Amino acid sequence: MTTRVAPSGTLGQRIYAGRAFPVSVILTLVLIAWYAGAVYLNAPQVIEKFERAKIDWTVGQLIDASWSMGRPVLPSPHQVAIELYKTTVLKNVTSKRSLIFHAYVTGSSTLLGFAMGIVLGIFLAVGIVHVQTLEKSLLPWIIASQTVPILAIAPMVIIILGNMGYTGLLPKAIISMYLCFFPVVIGMVKGLRSPDPLQLDLMRTYSATPAQVFWKLRLASSVPFLFTSLKVAVAISLVGAIVGELPTGAQAGIGARLLSGSYYGQTVQIWSALVVASVLGMVLVYAVGLTERIVASRMGQRP
Amino acid sequence: MNQVGLKRRIDDGLCLLLMAVGFLLPIGAGIGWLDMPGVLIPALIAFGCAVWLAFGRTMSLGVSLVGAASGVLVPSAAMSSGAVLGAQAAGLWLFVAGLSIIVWRALENLSELKRSGAFMNLLVPTLFGLWLLYLWEVLVIGFDVPKVLLPAPSQIGEILASRTDILWVDFQQTFLKAVLGGFVIGCGSGFVVALVIDRVPFLARGLLPLGSAVSAIPIVGIAPIMVMWFGFDWQSKAAVIVVMTFFPMMVNTLAGLNSPDEMQKDLLHSYGASDRQSFMNLRLPSALPFIFNALKINSTLALIGAIVAEFFGTPTKGMGFRISTEMARMNVDTVWATIAVAAVAGSVFYGMLALLERRLTFWHPSYR
Repeated sequence: MTTRVAPSGTLGQRIYAGRAFPVSVILTLVLIAWYAGAVYLNAPQVIEKFERAKIDWTVGQLIDASWSMGRPVLPSPHQVAIELYKTTVLKNVTSKRSLIFHAYVTGSSTLLGFAMGIVLGIFLAVGIVHVQTLEKSLLPWIIASQTVPILAIAPMVIIILGNMGYTGLLPKAIISMYLCFFPVVIGMVKGLRSPDPLQLDLMRTYSATPAQVFWKLRLASSVPFLFTSLKVAVAISLVGAIVGELPTGAQAGIGARLLSGSYYGQTVQIWSALVVASVLGMVLVYAVGLTERIVASRMGQRP
Repeated sequence: MNQVGLKRRIDDGLCLLLMAVGFLLPIGAGIGWLDMPGVLIPALIAFGCAVWLAFGRTMSLGVSLVGAASGVLVPSAAMSSGAVLGAQAAGLWLFVAGLSIIVWRALENLSELKRSGAFMNLLVPTLFGLWLLYLWEVLVIGFDVPKVLLPAPSQIGEILASRTDILWVDFQQTFLKAVLGGFVIGCGSGFVVALVIDRVPFLARGLLPLGSAVSAIPIVGIAPIMVMWFGFDWQSKAAVIVVMTFFPMMVNTLAGLNSPDEMQKDLLHSYGASDRQSFMNLRLPSALPFIFNALKINSTLALIGAIVAEFFGTPTKGMGFRISTEMARMNVDTVWATIAVAAVAGSVFYGMLALLERRLTFWHPSYR
């Protein structure tokens, strides 16, 4: 922990100057805007319904109805919350309608792709740092590889791999891997080059072999860079897994929920899938951050 | 240096071995090297160059280039005979393996040249890329890989030439309308909001943590919602891009505006600079590298966002639409042609941003 200067002043000033208060104010504003937006966007349909049924409606009824439509243009937050509760707590975890099940499917291919991406990325970075020709010839192509919108090829990769007999986890993981090896390579190359010349000279005076320099100096000093990249990588790995689920015919996973929701106009389902995806993303990034702190303290970094 | 020398010895030996064994094996069903003089002659030239590289001490660059150039002719000459090669042409494939060592050596020699200009920096990767494309072409045709799995680069090129009109319509729809529109609106509003927030510290404290939390969220997921709200045309794709690009821009701009250190701020203060002056002369310029960072990140996000959003519904044009429909019809070469267009468009977009960055932030340490 960095030493934080205790905020001074009265309690009110301290709350105002802290973080929690502004964040909660903004979140409250977002919530209010969401409810207002739900009324604004759903009202035309509700009014149409009322007029078809020839009901004299009041503003109160209008607002009430627009917050509880079956297929709203924008579902209200409590509708999403209820749907979330129904599909996580009330459903059996193994059920196909349980969002936890779908989150597990997506999460596992995210993590597999993430692991493969880390391995590939570190492998390439070590090569680039140690072989000059690789640096000149490979690095531009690694950068160019990311201009290919892999998410655009995702359906193709999935279908091709499916034809070859690979289904389920692996095709999605490959897409995640392709997305997340890039930040790892860039971060690791930077990190492996980060020891300052003095330290490298010291290793030379010890007559350390390149392997020793690598294991004892370069690898250790690349750790902070690696973790910064990993946080980015795990987030896009999740995106890769979700998009990878789109073309498989909406069987399982958060992407499949999004797609089937969009086919059948089930907006509440889409929104709750989105919420779960966001929570999953934040948990993954937080887990990487936690690992980073543990590794840092194991490596002797003073808190 | 010694290790490099040793590695080269091993490479040279391996190259000679691969080629020599290759010459003993057939290059087609019942066809030997001697049956095809048009294949044999360039192969022998390449082999001669490999011998020279292994035992000679001079002109390594020139010889490796000559060897690579003549070796490249070999597989194309063998294939022009029309024979299906596949595994029966073991000799040819061993030769190609040996050839790749010569090509590698040529690239090594080129990258070791002391002259390093923009041209040389482009030359080595370009040659390497061409070599990869060449290998792709030769292997796909040689082993008769089904087109559905992987078309050869030449087939993709044919589509690029023959279906230009469709590809152009898709490009207009996805890139010129959705990507550029969404990118400009998203980055612009992110920038403006950052300027406002910068004036109001309360908002900054509230929005910054949210901004960084948003980076963990898979925003492409809002695509189906945006398609419902804004319809099938490009507006819904632009909306997805606006949301995707907004937060990176806002967070980066804010970080950039606060990047000048105390010394610099004090200096301007002691000059009696007004708020406006210190903004224009210190804070905005020092935010530029951060802003360009966001612009570059966003340029790739935008293209991906547009294409993925098209999977959820489009009019009958657009790159994402093309990819999904042609894939369903198993016209894989058209899919690859679309991807090639997307890759080139993305690279050019990124490259132009990088050039602009170089122009505007020439003073930054990373360019000196």
